[in-house]
Amino acid sequence: MRGTRNQWGVAVLLAVVLASCSSEAAEPQGSSEGPGSITIYSGRDEEFVKTLFDDFTAATGIETEVRYGDSAELAATILEEGDNSPADLFFSQDAGSLGAVADGGLLAPIDDEILDRVEDRFRSDVGTWVGTSGRGRVAVYNTELVDEAELPGSIFDLTDPSWKGRIGLPPTNSSFQAHVAAMIVAYGEDETRAWLEGLMANDPRFYEDNGATTRAVASGEVEVGLVNHYYKYEVEAEDGSLPIENHYFDRGDAGSFINAAGVGVLASASNADGAAAFADYLTGDPGQTFVSEDSWEYPVVAGYEASVDVPPLADFAGPDVDLSQLGAALPQALDLLAQVGMV
Amino acid sequence: MARAATITVEQGRGRKAPIPLQASALGVTALVLLPIVYLVARALEADASSWRLIMRWRTVSLTLHTIGLAVAVTLAATAIGVALAWLAVRSDMPGRRVWATLFALPLVIPSYVGAFTLLSALGPTGELQRLLEPLGVERLPDITGFPGAFLALTLFTYPYVYLVTVAGIRGLDPAFEEAGRVAGRSRARVFRTVTLPLLRPSIGAGALLVALYTLHDFGAVSLMRYPTFTQAIFLQYKAAFDRTPAAILSLMLAALALVVVVAERRARGRARYYRSGTGVARPLRPVPLGRWRWPALVLSGGVIGLGLVLPGGMLLMLLSRGLAAGTPLNLTIWAAGASALVSGAGAICALVVAAPIAVLGARYPSRRSRSVESLSYMGYALPGLVVALAFVFLASSYMPLLYQTLPLLVIAYVVMFLPQTSEPLRAGLLQLTPRMEEAARTLGRGRGRILKDIVFPLIAKPALAGAALVFLTAMKELPATLLLRPTGFETLSTRVWTSASAGLYSRAAVPALLLMLLSSVPLAVLARRVGVDPEGVRQD
Repeated sequence: MRGTRNQWGVAVLLAVVLASCSSEAAEPQGSSEGPGSITIYSGRDEEFVKTLFDDFTAATGIETEVRYGDSAELAATILEEGDNSPADLFFSQDAGSLGAVADGGLLAPIDDEILDRVEDRFRSDVGTWVGTSGRGRVAVYNTELVDEAELPGSIFDLTDPSWKGRIGLPPTNSSFQAHVAAMIVAYGEDETRAWLEGLMANDPRFYEDNGATTRAVASGEVEVGLVNHYYKYEVEAEDGSLPIENHYFDRGDAGSFINAAGVGVLASASNADGAAAFADYLTGDPGQTFVSEDSWEYPVVAGYEASVDVPPLADFAGPDVDLSQLGAALPQALDLLAQVGMV
Repeated sequence: MARAATITVEQGRGRKAPIPLQASALGVTALVLLPIVYLVARALEADASSWRLIMRWRTVSLTLHTIGLAVAVTLAATAIGVALAWLAVRSDMPGRRVWATLFALPLVIPSYVGAFTLLSALGPTGELQRLLEPLGVERLPDITGFPGAFLALTLFTYPYVYLVTVAGIRGLDPAFEEAGRVAGRSRARVFRTVTLPLLRPSIGAGALLVALYTLHDFGAVSLMRYPTFTQAIFLQYKAAFDRTPAAILSLMLAALALVVVVAERRARGRARYYRSGTGVARPLRPVPLGRWRWPALVLSGGVIGLGLVLPGGMLLMLLSRGLAAGTPLNLTIWAAGASALVSGAGAICALVVAAPIAVLGARYPSRRSRSVESLSYMGYALPGLVVALAFVFLASSYMPLLYQTLPLLVIAYVVMFLPQTSEPLRAGLLQLTPRMEEAARTLGRGRGRILKDIVFPLIAKPALAGAALVFLTAMKELPATLLLRPTGFETLSTRVWTSASAGLYSRAAVPALLLMLLSSVPLAVLARRVGVDPEGVRQD
């Protein structure tokens, strides 16, 4: 009997050790959940937004805990987590991911005061998310390998066999995915599928994100990449001598699509005020000044100008797509990408 | 194990394990089985649209790609590992003591670090192309896809076979080979008919590790964009709102891994008993290589060149180039601390949790304890990505308090790496015959004294080796860490991954170097134990 009691003792000890090594390990996590802290799921890359988060903390005293990922991945994560989501705020690279979370009923309405600052086309028509910057889709190309005149006016013409083996794109990146969603909204699923299958027939190379695609174009690994307009400038900032240039598709073409990065506050947020303060910050003077002066994206509030290096926003006159519709089309777009074998 | 069983039974010690021991062992087993049970439940809920994504040609092609890569890597890594082990231990190759250590070192390079250094060196417009540019070479053939994945995985997994085979060769009784030679057989014939069969269990165990590593690998195949199950599962997870197909693909991969484990167990069969043959103190006589010396040196140099010099040199080059260009150094001391913290917690917890399994297996052998032991291997056979996905799904819906916390990550490590501690512990306990304890008790020692004076000293070494192995594996682990880590928590492996997957190789260099540096500490512990140093006395 004594033996058995000792064995129980060991079993209890085992449980205690397990619990204590767990709780000891848990401590750094616990300290971050104070009232003055918000948890952000960020679909935007750390290299672009880290300064913004730091400035926000310096200005408001609110700490940020950031989980980085692709926007659609994080949207799917929030949908899977439901009301249990630890996130207070979703900072997305594209409007479609925000729309998908909003359609799941997981975003709280944003104050009218904040919404009204932003141009109509860059915010949710039911007020569940608000844009913070605009970004256009382009084809970045290697100027040593491609002659500008050779590039087509329509993105649909990249399916021409002459582009075989020359195209790079990031199929798991939400900017690309949302572009496909926009094409579904504008042209229907069949036409979009035909385009994707045509691209696949040209053996495109796949990259993790816009930055990797652009760097691959710069190194000559591929000749043309489907990315957002500002990556050329970001990559040039790393090395000014690189042979890359943006090609803008024709006005009205599917390729000339403009999307918004933006934020939504989770309905289940434990610090909704802190999250709202971040939305306020991004759409207010500090956030828009950052977009205008420290990035190559387009401000979304009247009175702020984009960098002089980029063409006027009005030059992006792509398909007439309401960004609020993207959320509904995004799951369809992802499904389509899987069906054609891009993911 | 069977031998110990007879001893125990003969001695008439209680055949039945105490209930608390059984309860804790069952609890551990339940924990290990949790991910797979959840995935099955989730797959059963799948609707038609999920199955539509599974039931297509692509899934067949994924299966073929995955199996093809696993077979090719296992064959190549086994051939290299066995050849190098023989050269290091049995031959008179010049400088074999140095080689013996070098051969084990690629183990500190995680496959994803190896993959991105290979890419930046041998890619179409990589370092080698830059060197060859004056000769008019504008582009090198693309290594992504099968060649890259094969190269990366072979170069960084052969040390598993190498280490096990070295230990196996050292455990051989030279009398067998000598008998063969005396009987007039040629050296080659003796090697084929005597040595190899004796080494088969060791080589098989090493090959199993390589096959599992390849099936589990996520980092290298993703960077090389070679479409295997892990790559497809991660893409499904990242780029689909319906995550059930990811769960179904995970189950298919898990089934594949289990088939490999079972097949190896079958193949090993009775042969495993040879392993328990005790080593012989007499040193082995080196075999003269003669004119084979040059090919041997070329092979050794080639493997070390590609598997150690190239990645190490590339990292240093990326680092210095990054410094010159003024890119942020990404000096991630805090990430190193985070890596050490979470791997250390994993090692300690895996050791504690392994105790009941090991005691049950060593002291109370029975059909039931054998199946508990086999089941506790389940998590080890499962790819990290699969375990991680299951815990992400489970915790986000049912365990919100654990979700995105370090304890959950540590639990995942325990599930995945448990056999790395339970196996050495059990082996240690087997050495400790119950008779020693009984003798001590007859001499009037209490339980506490017996534990302190006899049990702990004897199992300390295997326990340390097991913990070191878990520490090393957890440190390099990528997919589970990536998916389960708390928000804002970055380890060296996640730091490397974030930069490398975005193609920012120079930013991945510092965390990668730190990772290798930290990994070499547990590796040194392990290398001593295996006895890689040819002059080293066997420690156990």
